[in-house]
Amino acid sequence: MEIFKIQFSAADLKVIAPELVLTIFALFVLILSVFVRRQSRGPLGYTALVGVVIAFFSLFLGIGKEIKAFNGMVTMDPFCLFFKVMFLIVAFLTILASLGYTKREGIDLGEYYVLVLFATVGMMLMASGVNLLIIFLGLEVMSISIYVLAGIMRDDTRSVEAAFKYFLLGAFASAFLLYGIALTYASTGTLDLAGIGEVLTRQAWISSLPIVIIGLALLIIGFGFKIALVPFHMWTPDVYEGAPTSITAFMATGVKAAGFAAFVRVFFYALPNLQAYWTQIMWILAVATMTVGNIIALSQTNIKRMLAYSSIAHAGYIMVAFVAGNELGKSSILFYLLAYVFMNIGAFTVVILLGKKGEENTQLADYAGVGFKHPLLAASMSIFMLSLAGVPPMAGFMAKFYVFSAAVKARYYWLAVIGVLNSAVAAYYYLRVLIYMYFREPERELAVGAFSPSAVLAVIISVWGVLQIGILPSTFLALAQRSVQFLL
Amino acid sequence: MLPNVPPVCYLIVSALIFAIGAVGVLIRRDAIVIFMCIEMMLSAVNLSLITASHYLDSLDGVLMVFFVMTVAAAEAAVGLAIFVLLYRGRGTIKVDEINLLKW
Repeated sequence: MEIFKIQFSAADLKVIAPELVLTIFALFVLILSVFVRRQSRGPLGYTALVGVVIAFFSLFLGIGKEIKAFNGMVTMDPFCLFFKVMFLIVAFLTILASLGYTKREGIDLGEYYVLVLFATVGMMLMASGVNLLIIFLGLEVMSISIYVLAGIMRDDTRSVEAAFKYFLLGAFASAFLLYGIALTYASTGTLDLAGIGEVLTRQAWISSLPIVIIGLALLIIGFGFKIALVPFHMWTPDVYEGAPTSITAFMATGVKAAGFAAFVRVFFYALPNLQAYWTQIMWILAVATMTVGNIIALSQTNIKRMLAYSSIAHAGYIMVAFVAGNELGKSSILFYLLAYVFMNIGAFTVVILLGKKGEENTQLADYAGVGFKHPLLAASMSIFMLSLAGVPPMAGFMAKFYVFSAAVKARYYWLAVIGVLNSAVAAYYYLRVLIYMYFREPERELAVGAFSPSAVLAVIISVWGVLQIGILPSTFLALAQRSVQFLL
Repeated sequence: MLPNVPPVCYLIVSALIFAIGAVGVLIRRDAIVIFMCIEMMLSAVNLSLITASHYLDSLDGVLMVFFVMTVAAAEAAVGLAIFVLLYRGRGTIKVDEINLLKW
């Protein structure tokens, strides 16, 4: 038996500095929430916000060298740096959008921000883990926090039901993921991703053992649940609709991006030798995910539910890049996720702003006439919808463009064709929101409370992000390409 | 001393338990029973990990088992709390009666 020497140095701590900062701030907010009175809970959210900003700057401590820390458990490479920045943006925007919302809905508890921070830590660990153990732990830290967050509106039966469904299916999916990890470990003898890749290269006969193939399939199921691939998407619409809107935004962007980070890392880093097996499965999954997501979204009248199906469809587009698997494919996964973060959080924040206590106003009919009552808000919503639909010059267009050109480059012509047809179908339900906002007479007066300034700031940042990525995509694509270099 | 059982037997037993758990999740209607089935699936995984760890002569698997048990405990705490909350609001935790949200 090998002997473990447990030792670590300050250099190791620098690698996980942002995680440490976020954890410390989460604990600090937790303690603070005990000591502040119910009326003066405002500072809790701002403290969490400060934590996210400090975590961002603490990233610079670990930059510069590609090092592994804690006996090769976590790493700090450009790939995880890209994702860590993305998760911090997600956490930042989510907290901004939540500040007014939590107060309105009476969930401005300390726990809310604490759990958002912990979930972010979990996401970061998923992106930086190079050992299946760390990836699993990161996933669970994230998931368990989100189970609670989905049901944090304790008096709202729909929110509790969302938490219930997410919990049961999430735990079920983790069991599959875990079994996949166990079988991979049993066949290769290591949990280290680089080690697994090495064993599979060195002893190619292992790759064709049934146990490896079953393990691969179980891993796909486990990750597929987290990123909502069809046919593992059943929980998505229910959970997205029932959860508090700010948490829906967090789930749709952060959890999905974290799932993809671990998915890409495991499959392109540890299992590239099995690519012949998994591209076929992924091809089918990508087509099914895009098509089912888009077609069911067509008939939705609740905007949260529609965005849930749209997020399934977007996972399908990202899978197209995954199948392509070439350099452009891998970098466009990252590019797409970044663009998706801005447009999706922006859209959900607008949904938050158009609601008030007791009335969420999430039916499409509620959006009739919004274009004249709240012109700026409607303009931002239009930008997000057009971006989601993939209209130039928004971020969504460039993201789709890169994804599909990666598929064409890798000679997956049919996949690209199906993807393009799908985005044509998708345009219908995104544009319908615009039609409601600008061309329909309101059936009833839409009662909207005072806009929370922080949520307005989140919308402004998202608009800026969408336009910036859409108009100057090459900077961001170059960043993404640098980030995936080690995977080549 | 362990009797000389080939590792594949342990793996088959673990696969069977996992399958029983998975089927249980799909066919049972009571949330608590479903949750027990999920726990059974996790235990089956633990058996696989320990088997692999023993026969591969590596500690990683055993280490993983400890974390899996911890995670399962954390999951149980959160899950049971959600069940209690749901029961208070609705008076039932039968999964086919939990249907406010659907398309």
